[in-house]
Amino acid sequence: MSAASIIERLAAHLGLEEGSFDSDAEAKDPWVRVPGDRLLAAAEFLKTDPELDFDTLHCVSGVDWPGDDPPAVEVVYHLTSLSKKHWIVLKTRVPREGASLPTLETVWKAANWHERETYDLFGVRFEGHSDLRRILLPADWPGHPLLRDWEWPETWHKIPVKPGRQMTERAEGGQMTGVGPFD
Amino acid sequence: MDLIGALGKGLGKDNVALTTVSAIVNWARLSALWPMTFGLACCAIEMMATGASRFDWDRLGLIPRATPRQSDCMIVAGTVTHKMAIRIKTLYDQMPEPKYVISMGSCANNGGPYWQYGYHVVKGVDQIIPVDVYVPGCPPRPEALLYGIMALQDRIREKSLLDDPREGRPRPAAASQPAGRMVEMAG
Repeated sequence: MSAASIIERLAAHLGLEEGSFDSDAEAKDPWVRVPGDRLLAAAEFLKTDPELDFDTLHCVSGVDWPGDDPPAVEVVYHLTSLSKKHWIVLKTRVPREGASLPTLETVWKAANWHERETYDLFGVRFEGHSDLRRILLPADWPGHPLLRDWEWPETWHKIPVKPGRQMTERAEGGQMTGVGPFD
Repeated sequence: MDLIGALGKGLGKDNVALTTVSAIVNWARLSALWPMTFGLACCAIEMMATGASRFDWDRLGLIPRATPRQSDCMIVAGTVTHKMAIRIKTLYDQMPEPKYVISMGSCANNGGPYWQYGYHVVKGVDQIIPVDVYVPGCPPRPEALLYGIMALQDRIREKSLLDDPREGRPRPAAASQPAGRMVEMAG
């Protein structure tokens, strides 16, 4: 099914009027943006509709939009139907403050780890997730580092996080490190 | 150093050899460096190649051990993330003295490509544990690692039993020193 008709079918199911949502069927990765409160309905329809049959969730990623009003985080779902051989990108934007979305773990099991990663790096809470912990960073890491205004801590457990002045001199000096016994 | 070299301080007629205890102990230590089976990233692939038949670090007496309790050498092969750093410190503390550390590759040396924007990478494993030999490369070829191991053997050979094993060992910033302390080059 062509991207345009996928988007049309989804919009008709959700009752979204033409022009009330963003989409691009001509893009290399055709995408459609749905409101956060319709995300779960959209996902369930994409998965269960026999004509669409999106059986694979590739990844869940995040995009920070600090310039939006209010500042928003976008969550992006890449979907493919292996049986119908078509694909679509599902996007949704949520306000950054207390960002929260329904989990899609119940629709695609693969969402479990991906949503943990998005939570880890962007701080989006996925309501109803069975195990929403950080997946990559240490459990006591401060903040969510892929948000653009995230600030580096000076140290973490007494280990310097930023390259210090002396460390920089050492690196620029060249002979002190990275050259090992070969001097 | 071969055994005759270690005993070379005097070899009498009646098969009596005279040498220093330090020379014999150093010879034993450097001839059987047992590294911990421990790899962090792509450098570990080169480390495995160094242990395999083409390069064969068994020739130098290296036998990988699966526990820190039996190891006296830690080869930090790969990117040290903050999450891993505390585990590395624990493993290092579990190794019995005397113990040695080889930092393998740019990431373990100083953070490598993660120097500026890698918030999750420790800027050199010497921030958490003392390093004896740094091996450069991204990743270093097995020859470079072998050279690093031989450089470590040279270091051990110069030691005396009367030395404090911790003496001259650069102390990591995270233990007691202020952040980013200049670390003396090994080798």
